[in-house]
Amino acid sequence: MDNNKNWIDQRFPLTKVWNEHLAEYYTPRNFNFWYFFGSLAMLVLVIQIVTGIFLTMHFKPDAAYAFASVEYIMRDVDWGWLIRYLHSTGASAFFIVIYLHMYRGLLYGSYKAPRELIWILGIVLYIALMAEAFMGYVLPWGQMSYWGAQVIISLFGSVPVFGPDILIFILGDYAVGDPAINRFFSLHVIALPLMLVVLVFLHIVALHTVGSNNPDGVEIKKNKDKNGIPKDGIPFHPYYSVKDIVGVVVFLMIFSAVVFFAPAMNGYFLENANFVEANPLKTPDHIAPLWYLTPFYSVLRAIPPMFGSQFPGVVGMFAALLILIALPWLDRSSVKSIRYRSWPYKVALGVFVISFVVLGYLGMQPVTPINALLARVFTVTYFGFFILMPWFTSIGKIKPVPTRVTE
Amino acid sequence: MLEQEIDLKKRRFLTGATSVVGAVGVGFVLVPFLSSWMPSARAKAAGAPVDVDISKLDNGQLVRVLWRKKPVWIFKRDKTTIENLSTLDSVLTDPDSHELSQQPEYAKNLYRSINPDIAVIVGVCTHLGCSPTYRPELGAADLGGDSWKGGFYCPCHGSKFDLAGRVYAGVPAPTNLVIPPYHFVADSLIRIGIDPKA
Repeated sequence: MDNNKNWIDQRFPLTKVWNEHLAEYYTPRNFNFWYFFGSLAMLVLVIQIVTGIFLTMHFKPDAAYAFASVEYIMRDVDWGWLIRYLHSTGASAFFIVIYLHMYRGLLYGSYKAPRELIWILGIVLYIALMAEAFMGYVLPWGQMSYWGAQVIISLFGSVPVFGPDILIFILGDYAVGDPAINRFFSLHVIALPLMLVVLVFLHIVALHTVGSNNPDGVEIKKNKDKNGIPKDGIPFHPYYSVKDIVGVVVFLMIFSAVVFFAPAMNGYFLENANFVEANPLKTPDHIAPLWYLTPFYSVLRAIPPMFGSQFPGVVGMFAALLILIALPWLDRSSVKSIRYRSWPYKVALGVFVISFVVLGYLGMQPVTPINALLARVFTVTYFGFFILMPWFTSIGKIKPVPTRVTE
Repeated sequence: MLEQEIDLKKRRFLTGATSVVGAVGVGFVLVPFLSSWMPSARAKAAGAPVDVDISKLDNGQLVRVLWRKKPVWIFKRDKTTIENLSTLDSVLTDPDSHELSQQPEYAKNLYRSINPDIAVIVGVCTHLGCSPTYRPELGAADLGGDSWKGGFYCPCHGSKFDLAGRVYAGVPAPTNLVIPPYHFVADSLIRIGIDPKA
């Protein structure tokens, strides 16, 4: 056994990698509930890749056959319904897990120095995941697939001067049609998943370079024993690998309940109109993107057209997403964790979370004057969180941060 | 070779020259890959004109046909509808069709059509490309009540248009709906996609 290990170690750093990233990777001993979601995100990525591989064996990326091939998977392929529901529920689960994971970052200041690159890589991952989910939603070629694609792709058509040409370039045609579904299939099954896997790798390499943050926002590397091991650190394996298994079990229980009892989640995970094949002649009475994109969709709708163009709304929508990248530099506070922050930050974070949730809700509702007004108000508070952050993170009384992590 | 003989300047020049030639090569290689995303010959050929027989079209009735993969509406306006068109100026963004790219020259009039009673409009919202719903009923309660003189309502983002495809002020859509090129081959046959002969 040892001989075999030596033989490999002389040719590939197996033991070294195992130790550096698992057995001797020291993580703060005070992780709590919020620290489940990173490993759960990886689990969902694996679920999506595995179910995706099997769906690809039966799906036909052709505007004439796509809808029928999905129905074929649902009715005629043995266990096809299960594989498809795992995949469609997995998409929503992915975003639930990612949103909780990102919220953890906000709670404990995990984006602050020296973890800026982890945060930025995470935001890029989030954007890539949105693109992946959007293209996946187009593939079943239902009414929502078709009209959702129509709306999202039209966003690029609003770019001044080049808009119409960009549109034709993306679609490979003059309207959403067969070339679009064909290339979205290619991007959805090859290009973006590859990108996601590479980004996850980089995200973790960056994390393991600086080490994990924790609910106290204390750097455990500042307190090492005589062997150079952080006093507040415990090896990731077996301590957290075992803890994460508990998270996995609980997650899979909830996940299975949705897959088996409510895979459409009352129209939130699979929209009702998407059970009707795409019809270019008729827009459904009410269209909305899937829930995980709706906060940004609300921002888009909230900004009125200016100068005879609705480009400002599109800019606003992308700004709402990209402004997240600036977070590490907007936050001027000297403490990381919410436990020691001043009250203005706690209030602002509360307002931000409410804004995000309300915008998400409004994005699923039809436009009415009152909804439009609310969307504008919460768009302002959403951006206010970022724009005012340098101010509200530098006022108020912070609590003293302990030198060691607390229980 | 001795160390002092290394010509760093030459080395930098060669590195730069190699990088530039490499970048140009990458640029050339990109062309076929990016071009492959543009509409293929088959997609381009699919834009043929469409003929529509309107002999059976009643007042207020609307038919939809696909032209260049976009829905085109053909509907018949009755007398009241035509008269109402001139009363809406104050609530519209561009009542006189000043935005030239939205209609051919021969449709730049109050009705935005060749014949006042027959409307031909591309049914694609100028906001984000949904197809608005036909709402001809006067005074629809959900669309502003008595002031609603019939028109189109986009379910995606709430844009409103009148029965000549003119956009209401204060909605997300920035411009009037597009009028396609078309002409009458016979009294009751419209050919969409080709301008009338001058």
